[in-house]
Amino acid sequence: MSSSYDIIIVGAGIVGAACAMECARSGLRTLVLERGHIGGGTTAAGMGHVVVMDDSEAQFALTNYSRGLWLALRPQLPADVEFDLCGTLWVAADHEEMAEVYRKQGFYEPRGVHVEVLDAEAVARVEPNLRAGLAGGLRVRDDAVVYPPCAARFFLEQAMQYGAELRQAVTVKRLLSNGGVELADGSRLAADRIVNATGPWSPELTPGLPVRKRKGHLVITDRAPGFVHHQIVELGYLKSAHSMGQDSVAFNIQPRLTGQMLIGSSRQFDAEDGGVDHAILDRMLRRAFEYLPGLKDLSAIRTWTGHRAATPDKLPVIGPTVVSDRIWLATGHEGLGITTSLGTGRLLADLLLGRPTAIPSDPFLPARFEKGGASHG
Amino acid sequence: MTEPRSRFDIVVVGAGPAGLAAACAAAEKGKRVAVVDDAPSPGGQIWKGEQSRLSIPQAQKWIERFRRSGATLLDRTAVIAAPEPGVLLAEHPEGAREIEWSKLIIATGARELFLPFPGWTLPGVMGPGGLQALVKGGWPIAGKRVVICGTGPLLLAVADGLKKQGATIAMIAEQAPMSRVAGFGFKTLRHPGKLVQGMGIFARLRGVPYRCGVWPVQANGGEQVNSVTLADGSNQWTEKCDLLACGFHLVPNVELPLAMGCELAGGCVRVDANQLTTVPDVYCSGEPTGIGGVDCALTEGQIAGYSAAGSDDQAAALSNERAGWHAFRLAMSNAFALREELKSLANPETTFCRCEDVAFGRVKAASGWREAKLLTRCGMGACQGRTCGAAAKFILGWGMESVRPPLLPARVGNLTRTNR
Ligand SMILES: Cc1cc2nc3c(=O)[nH]c(=O)nc-3n(C[C@H](O)[C@H](O)[C@H](O)COP(=O)(O)OP(=O)(O)OC[C@H]3O[C@@H](n4cnc5c(N)ncnc54)[C@H](O)[C@@H]3O)c2cc1C
Ligand SMILES: Cc1cc2nc3c(=O)[nH]c(=O)nc-3n(C[C@H](O)[C@H](O)[C@H](O)COP(=O)(O)OP(=O)(O)OC[C@H]3O[C@@H](n4cnc5c(N)ncnc54)[C@H](O)[C@@H]3O)c2cc1C
Repeated sequence: MSSSYDIIIVGAGIVGAACAMECARSGLRTLVLERGHIGGGTTAAGMGHVVVMDDSEAQFALTNYSRGLWLALRPQLPADVEFDLCGTLWVAADHEEMAEVYRKQGFYEPRGVHVEVLDAEAVARVEPNLRAGLAGGLRVRDDAVVYPPCAARFFLEQAMQYGAELRQAVTVKRLLSNGGVELADGSRLAADRIVNATGPWSPELTPGLPVRKRKGHLVITDRAPGFVHHQIVELGYLKSAHSMGQDSVAFNIQPRLTGQMLIGSSRQFDAEDGGVDHAILDRMLRRAFEYLPGLKDLSAIRTWTGHRAATPDKLPVIGPTVVSDRIWLATGHEGLGITTSLGTGRLLADLLLGRPTAIPSDPFLPARFEKGGASHG
Repeated sequence: MTEPRSRFDIVVVGAGPAGLAAACAAAEKGKRVAVVDDAPSPGGQIWKGEQSRLSIPQAQKWIERFRRSGATLLDRTAVIAAPEPGVLLAEHPEGAREIEWSKLIIATGARELFLPFPGWTLPGVMGPGGLQALVKGGWPIAGKRVVICGTGPLLLAVADGLKKQGATIAMIAEQAPMSRVAGFGFKTLRHPGKLVQGMGIFARLRGVPYRCGVWPVQANGGEQVNSVTLADGSNQWTEKCDLLACGFHLVPNVELPLAMGCELAGGCVRVDANQLTTVPDVYCSGEPTGIGGVDCALTEGQIAGYSAAGSDDQAAALSNERAGWHAFRLAMSNAFALREELKSLANPETTFCRCEDVAFGRVKAASGWREAKLLTRCGMGACQGRTCGAAAKFILGWGMESVRPPLLPARVGNLTRTNR
């Protein structure tokens, strides 16, 4: 098969879009295939919090690297990407969670992440709508908020300026281990390398890939500017969000540049249906009211759901599959894919071109899973 | 005062003609019936305020019958979600309400269709139905010069009402061609009630220019509308006005049926001979099944009420009457079909989505409704595309999107269900 493209990227979510931007910028002849709308999958459902996290060294490395790339890109971002450097406020409800504040401080500071420990009074001062009696919090100044679908569109526009092509309304049926893809209409497109960037749908094209759909709910309010000023996340988040087993909710609220409040979030496995589940919505909102009693009186205009692509070790899968070095993966970003899209794009392009990577790539390689990318036709 | 949780045999959503008729029919059969409505009193759009005004005999008759029927009115109660089968979640000024039902009758009516044209967002430009409601609520209109334009029988009814309150109706501009409107008038001969009503209105509107085949192209003014430019295909001219009432007939309110999973056909809820939707135990009557007017709504409402109460015979006895109103409904939709010219009134700069202030040019550049939403925020505001979504459907041929809770903007606290 003669290859007219160096690389075909399947999926135009924010991850596929960032990969396309980096590949095309590096001079690769790039084609992006998307069955629906640009950023119309999980990217349209995600909160858009650009956040540094510290669950593991690898997660920290990727989120911190990515956040740096966002900050560097900031001057070029069009207004509709709604970039807002509002920072994150991790709130501690009690002394146990306050210990977590100090642990985080101890982790971040030596690694060069600017953080501030806030006591109870300072938390009340910076976010007066939080209930009284919280223990304190940790403010991470350089975290931000974006509007993900327009960010994905911007990345693709950049990619196209570097010569990438985009085809929409194209469904890929199969990835071919000898390079190329088979489309739903049976036709084939050839390329040296294929990237599966189909997010929660990636196991459909790469059977055996240990990526599971993890459903989340969000509620958005009408404009209420100034109700909160930071993205506020409870520290109980760490306990609930990462207990892989059962359904969980955690308090998480985001001020949008529009003045709206975006309220999250929930996590559920084995809930493939896209409908709103009122039982979990109930729990999620009650949790939020515990922190922000005044939230009850804002006006809600829409509730929606999305599916995160979750992996067993909570890290994305970036790099060549074990079965075919022509088939690559850029998926499994769970609840951090907006943040880590930019780092993923860089890492993928560096690996493809054999360049040194800015952060270690091993923790993200598909090879870490025994059956990482099992059978391809 | 209503309870946070209540349960009824039959719950009717909407207290307009269709809902009242359904409630009467079912309650008179001995069922425990509740009618849920956002408004403080029964009557819906057309009979708003009739319980105290006593101006429409037909309204009086039905409101009186409803009072005696034993049905409960849950007023100031807006249905915001259907959290699980057999349960509605609603919002009341005092808090969330959960209403359980064994059978549900949806009678949510319709809203006005607005199409964007330059100047349509100027203060003083509003829907004829909206203006009528304002005036009924005591808004002073006497001495104001009003141009009424758009389409449908509502234009005449509103002109009549405004004139009675002392407004000067400068012109009624109906977009449908004379040939079609005249044909419609002839067809209504088969429906004597309608004809008398129509003749009464025409007599009272003597002296008011009623022009067919005329439509608005621009509303003019700085702070406030002061004139409207009209067109008839060969000429354009300007009419001075203090207020411009403009509406392009009605769009069925199908958010609740969609949230329940009811199938639609041609934008209206699909029902069988008993007014039963494609979802078991969920009935629908009145405008959501097709824009048919008050008499059609009353008949469909009674059929739904009798069927839901198990009186299929009484429901069946009304099927001929309903067939007559359905013929009228079809004639009306043919007569007042929207002309192609109305699709190109908006400029690229014309506001398309009022909530989010999105211009038509940006919306039109998208490949469809969902892309427009995601990339321009069109339809993402408080009204969730109730206005611009309907316009996009006509102008751009885009399908409307799926609904998500809340069905109307609601207090966040009311999205959590009452404690059990
Ligand atoms: C940062 C951010 C801010 C946002 N702000 C707003 C805002 O201010 N206002 C606003 O309205 N939206 C906002 N959105 C949400 C956005 O418009 C969509 O609602 C979001 O993409 C989720 O889509 P959806 O599933 O609700 O519905 P859609 O985008 O309409 O549809 C997506 C898919 O979900 C399916 N779906 C819809 N309803 C159901 C259901 N009941 N059961 C099963 N499947 C269903 C549809 O069939 C469709 O295939 C925002 C999104 C983001 C990321
Ligand atoms: C409720 C919720 C909140 C979140 N909050 C945040 C947050 O605050 N911060 C953060 O960083 N992340 C957040 N995330 C995670 C983030 O949204 C995702 O990690 C990210 O959007 C993943 O992007 P993606 O490009 O991998 O996937 P997607 O956006 O899902 O893109 C995959 C694309 O592939 C296409 N596709 C699928 N199959 C095929 C096929 N066979 N052929 C062609 N095309 C195909 C799809 O149509 C889709 O457009 C959140 C997620 C959820 C659900």
